[in-house]
Amino acid sequence: MTQSAARQDLHAGPQSSRALVINNLVKEYTPGKPVLSGISLEIEAKDITAIIGPSGTGKSTLIRCINRLVDPTGGDILFMDQNLATLGGRSLRNARRHIGMVFQEYNLLERLSVMENVLSGRLGYVSPIRAWLRKFSSEDIDKAFDLLEQVGMSQFADQRADALSGGQRQRVAIARALMQSPNILLADEPTSSLDPKTSVEILELMTEQARKRHIPVMINIHDVSLAKRFADRIVGMSAGKVIFDGPPDQLENDHLKAIYGGEDWLT
Amino acid sequence: MSMTDTKSGGPKYVPKRNWWVTLAYLAVAGYVAYVLSLFDVSGERLAAGLGHGADFIARMIPPNFERYNLLIEGLLESLQIAVIATTAGVILSLPIGFLAARNLMPAWVTWPARAIIVACRSFHPVIVAILFVKAVGFGALAGTLALVVASIGFIAKLFAEAIEEISLKQIEAIRATGAPFASVITFGVLPQVMGRFIGFTSYQLDSNLRNSTMVGIVGAGGIGGTLFAAFQRFDYDFVAAILISIIAVIMVAEGINNVMRKLYR
Repeated sequence: MTQSAARQDLHAGPQSSRALVINNLVKEYTPGKPVLSGISLEIEAKDITAIIGPSGTGKSTLIRCINRLVDPTGGDILFMDQNLATLGGRSLRNARRHIGMVFQEYNLLERLSVMENVLSGRLGYVSPIRAWLRKFSSEDIDKAFDLLEQVGMSQFADQRADALSGGQRQRVAIARALMQSPNILLADEPTSSLDPKTSVEILELMTEQARKRHIPVMINIHDVSLAKRFADRIVGMSAGKVIFDGPPDQLENDHLKAIYGGEDWLT
Repeated sequence: MSMTDTKSGGPKYVPKRNWWVTLAYLAVAGYVAYVLSLFDVSGERLAAGLGHGADFIARMIPPNFERYNLLIEGLLESLQIAVIATTAGVILSLPIGFLAARNLMPAWVTWPARAIIVACRSFHPVIVAILFVKAVGFGALAGTLALVVASIGFIAKLFAEAIEEISLKQIEAIRATGAPFASVITFGVLPQVMGRFIGFTSYQLDSNLRNSTMVGIVGAGGIGGTLFAAFQRFDYDFVAAILISIIAVIMVAEGINNVMRKLYR
């Protein structure tokens, strides 16, 4: 899809403003050694997209370029009628408010309460003084309680985040991301620090909550079976390039060989 | 490695000697020996010194609390100097410490901030107190200003170091929500360092309390002046009373410190 086509899409309906188009995205940490060498992707305004690929192939960099925790070297990231790749200052912060993110190591505010962690999802909307005094609006507080209820953490509202287990932390992190009422949800290896059972529970919760709200999700994940189980679409990356893009049932062993290399591990 | 090798002991591990380090140790040892030879320490002198010491202590007993109003006045002034200097020092140290944190600020900001900290740390509080006595005259103001300078040198440096050790993951998460920089500080940075800030502050209060009893010796207010005068008039029983009072105040402060640290853990 070209840029103008993407623009057209934006005006097609309320949910299409949630579409994301990445055009020829390049990132070089050291000049001449691209981590991402020209990624082009269209993420539709719905659906769960899983990005699979070996470690160090740029999955995390790709996700972080979208909300600009990492600055891309070149290319466009079109979202909500803007090119995220060129934003800066206030307009970048305003764009980030619509992009929720869940991290591998939860990235909770360890010494603050679960409630404060969830409310921190509204920091893009609240003035620093009011945030410092914890004067969040009553709608925000009601919403935070509601979200904690939905992720099954309401009885922990007053506990400090550092008292929680890994699965509980990721639940709080999901609530924090949803607190932003995001138009897209990015998840960077959300289950890599969790045991297999908790991983499934967390992915179930995240995908279910996102579908309910019609939020498109981009998940970096290295577990192929989890990716197949929860995603509507799988993007396979290797060496900074997309080498597979399709629904989970089309992902064959040959594709996995091309993505991860070798074949002994497949048996 | 084959079996025969193992039996014959194999290759031996011999730690490599660093000759430069060995040389440095020898040089230090030599210098210490030379310096000791400069001191004229003899058994005779030590014996006489012990005698003088015993005499001195004998004259301190019993401590004389008769001039308690002078004592209390001096102690209160020292306490005021310490409390005001710590408060002002901490308030000034917070922004300077933030500006000096290399993980939050660009180099052109951290350099001047670090220069201020180094300047404040360079001199002992007594030397700074002498400067302020010359500048603003005798009295508590000079002592307070001297200890403010000392507090900045100490606390701002520790603040900066505490901030440099925080986890950047929490900052990343707050930035990802679109929060403005000030909110990143209050949610991402402050909660991580607050406990340590309280610790530094209470330690500095303790340190200022001790220093405030000393700046008086150069005329910068507090109990130190009274103590020095008592020494010069050979009122050793009053000296003992002052020393006991200072110890009592420091112990009370230590107790308050412990309670504060428990509250803010």
